[in-house]
Amino acid sequence: MFRIPPQALFGQLLLGLINGAFYALLSLGLAVIFGLLNIVNFAHGAFYMMGAFVAWFLLQYAGLGYWWALLIAPMAVGILGLVLERTLLRRLQGLDHLYGLLLTFGLALVVQGLFQNQYGSSGQPYDIPPALAGGRNLGFMFLPNYRAWVVLFSLAVCLGTWFVIERTKLGAYLRAATENATLVRAFGVDVPRLITLTYGFGVALAGLAGVLAAPIFQVSPLMGANLIIVVFAVVVVGGMGSILGAIVTGFLLGLVEGFTKVFYPEASNTVIFVIMAVVLVVRPAGLFGRAA
Amino acid sequence: MATTRLTALAVLAVSMVGAWAGPASAQWTGNMVKIGVLSDMSSLYADITGPGSVLAARMAVEDFGGKLGVPVAIVSADHQNKPDVGSNIVRQWIDRDGVDVIVDVPTSSVALAVNEIVREKNKVFLVSGAATSDLTGPKCSPNTVHWTYDTWALAHGTGSAVVKAGGDTWFFLTADYAFGHALERDTSEVVKASGGKVLGAVRHPLNTSDFSSFLLQAQASKAKIIGLANAGGDTINSIKQAAEFGVVKGGQKLAGLLVFITDVHSLGLRTAQGLLLTESFYWDLNDQTRAWSKRFAAKHDGKMPSMVQAGVYAAVTHYLKALAQTKSDEDGKAIVDKMKALPTDDPLFGKGTIRVDGRKIHPTYLFEVKSPDQTKGSWDYYKLVHAIPAAEAFRPLDQGGCPLVKK
Amino acid sequence: MATAERAVALSGVATSASSSRHLYVAGAVMAGLLVLAPYVVYPVFLMKALCFALFACAFNLLIGYTGLVSFGHAAFLGSAGYASAYAAKAWGWPPELAILFGVGTAAIIGLLVGALAIRRQGIYFAMITLALAQMLYFFCLQAPAITGGEDGIQAVPRGRLLGFLDLQQTMTLYFVVLVIFLAGFLLIYRTIHSPFGQVLKSIRENEPRAVSLGYETDRYKLLAFVLSAALSGLAGGTKAIVFQLASLTDVHWTMSGEVVLTTLLGGMGTVLGPVVGAFVVVSLENYLAQLGSWVTVVQGAIFILCVLAFRRGLVGELGRLLGRPL
Repeated sequence: MFRIPPQALFGQLLLGLINGAFYALLSLGLAVIFGLLNIVNFAHGAFYMMGAFVAWFLLQYAGLGYWWALLIAPMAVGILGLVLERTLLRRLQGLDHLYGLLLTFGLALVVQGLFQNQYGSSGQPYDIPPALAGGRNLGFMFLPNYRAWVVLFSLAVCLGTWFVIERTKLGAYLRAATENATLVRAFGVDVPRLITLTYGFGVALAGLAGVLAAPIFQVSPLMGANLIIVVFAVVVVGGMGSILGAIVTGFLLGLVEGFTKVFYPEASNTVIFVIMAVVLVVRPAGLFGRAA
Repeated sequence: MATTRLTALAVLAVSMVGAWAGPASAQWTGNMVKIGVLSDMSSLYADITGPGSVLAARMAVEDFGGKLGVPVAIVSADHQNKPDVGSNIVRQWIDRDGVDVIVDVPTSSVALAVNEIVREKNKVFLVSGAATSDLTGPKCSPNTVHWTYDTWALAHGTGSAVVKAGGDTWFFLTADYAFGHALERDTSEVVKASGGKVLGAVRHPLNTSDFSSFLLQAQASKAKIIGLANAGGDTINSIKQAAEFGVVKGGQKLAGLLVFITDVHSLGLRTAQGLLLTESFYWDLNDQTRAWSKRFAAKHDGKMPSMVQAGVYAAVTHYLKALAQTKSDEDGKAIVDKMKALPTDDPLFGKGTIRVDGRKIHPTYLFEVKSPDQTKGSWDYYKLVHAIPAAEAFRPLDQGGCPLVKK
Repeated sequence: MATAERAVALSGVATSASSSRHLYVAGAVMAGLLVLAPYVVYPVFLMKALCFALFACAFNLLIGYTGLVSFGHAAFLGSAGYASAYAAKAWGWPPELAILFGVGTAAIIGLLVGALAIRRQGIYFAMITLALAQMLYFFCLQAPAITGGEDGIQAVPRGRLLGFLDLQQTMTLYFVVLVIFLAGFLLIYRTIHSPFGQVLKSIRENEPRAVSLGYETDRYKLLAFVLSAALSGLAGGTKAIVFQLASLTDVHWTMSGEVVLTTLLGGMGTVLGPVVGAFVVVSLENYLAQLGSWVTVVQGAIFILCVLAFRRGLVGELGRLLGRPL
């Protein structure tokens, strides 16, 4: 709407890329879970939120800072995920997708409600770790060091995950188990345990994203609810089984949103749904998905 | 002689009967007074209002004592910031549960809906949480008193004081909904009227988590002041990320158009220092506010009251004072008329009045958030920049467009 | 594959002439209770439950009988609410015309959404409906001149129905709403038990087979979708007149989630399930309103419980106990 000088545009696009890293990390977990387990994990936002809260707990009650949180929080969240898969989700095997979605939706409501009761909604403060504070002036914008760290770290995790799933033996087992669990079991691979571990890994990724978010977004019980349908849309657009699709679409969405924020900022929350509707009508399996 | 004495005796007898019958003719619906505190108990505004407002109402009832002669009960509910939930609860409260007065109600859209229902059923509505100045403007009602603050007071308090202090170029970060637009519009008018300039504005969707892109635009505008026309989580996130992007270090100042002490508490002083805001109550303002606030905090997990919670206490106290005179809780309009007739005087807001359009008048204060080295401890967050006298703090009576104001 | 599994999990039982008699009995009991209820229970609460029940029945037509899961049904409830509220307030239309306007609006939006969404199946169908509903939400937020933004359209006049029934009287209004609900309910009942309804059920059970038998399934699905949207619109328009308010809550995606919860709890694919589910959910919200975010926790717990142990829902389980479909 206004004349934007090109440098300012670069700044916005760079910020968009950084946000894209968040979306990519979150949708990665969701895509792993759906692609390999056929579970539509609506509780993903709740795990993200719990990751941020664990980071806050660690600082508040154990005096453990950010770097510890990066390690411990995803593990804590992952273990919770393992437990939930074992006790609740396993019973839904073989049923329609709908039930997995409803169950995880219910889970998300319970977790969010409990945290809200305990902590209210204003959120808890969590500071950027001193090692990453400050920033540098890039000429066209001031880039906080922490944001640069977020995008680099997320990229590394995303690529690492993609590599493990697509290029290693473990990943091959996982992919095979999705397609034909009985056969893989016949080869002596403990498929149920593999599935449980994968779910734990997927939600651990969400927890990791939560720790990354804690210093910049407010650590609040509502932080997951606001993000979950956007992340969903990213996974659907990318192709529900495709890891690469989720990563690429996550970054792409960040860029598109960044663009929208310059020219039509009010629509920046809705643009993903427009894209999703268009993609689903034109190419239903998503940008990178295999045709259903 | 005999007839005169007889007449005198008769008159005496009648007046004695009348005096005896007097108190018995007081009309208390359901033989009690029921106060309904409708608030956001679980979401965005729970810390600003929520259970703290219920506590404030309870303290007001206890401090008033049993002067009315009938029990005073308090019920509460969570409207979840939804107008339909809020209006359903109020309808039920009035129709079925005998509630006589609705108190608090943050979130302007809910307050507007409740305003209509209370008007229709002739009860009383004491608004403390909601901000829209429409409640004493086009939507004003003879059954409603708007306490604590409104968008006009905030816009004028912060806007004119900041411009006078040198912040004469502004850029707005506005939440994209009616309330945000109204706040931006009111403040822009004040800024321009005080001799300042508005360099631009950007509208962000409600409940945005990432403000980096909007802050970048604000930085690029080189405005001296970045006005935050948003509330709740959006304000907190904007302030937090502004610190991250070095906005304040780069020489620009943030003006929070709707910020509460609980928001500052949740941000921490390191992030929020230097923020300018207007409130009508601060716990550490004088001895009376300190005494009351410490009593409040003792029952509220050590958390100091927000101005909304203080407003609930003051409004309920004044309502009970009016009831003591009307001796009836049936006719809402009559009670509000009595509240307007009695000047207010409470330890929290000092002396004030309620105007014919329902607006409660009291002084407001421009505060600046202290830096971490200036604070003496928990909740010692504000330093007073400027006290705005009651006569200037709120919109003039003739500018509101309220039908109750006779031209 | 997915549809067959769903068919097994859902309690869709083919009805025959004899088993429909007890459905008449059950329906009559329901109607009787609803006629007597307002003398005992607060009528405004009942009206809220009735509007939700109609919404849930309309949704059930799609999910329970056609096998289509929509995550954007709030779009129809909410848009009809806005349309009716606007017609009644800004144009001064009498309530019956305002509500019909709402129904029409919802039907047209249903046609547009359905036409786009029908092309896909399963989860993708659901995601398209969600995406389109989100866009409608955005529109409602961005057009405050029409929708009032987050204030919504307030102080909607109730007016006089057909020129003489004063809807300001609570009991009059209640019986009008009851008539509307029963009319919608009967329409759905007749649809389910008609040849058209049989085709829908066959699409739910095994769509490729229905296609192979020569049915143009897309057309049937679209028709069911539009019908469901229109009836949701009836619920939304009535709700706007009763509560004199149309707000963003009714177009938000959490409302779409609520109707799924309601139908699941009551029993997908049963006739009375959505009604029971609606009454339970509205009561819970009412009862727990004082407890703040415990409402969310309880709703979530109900979801989990229903999915794990209670997939047939309240009425479905009852039907299984009695050995008859309800």
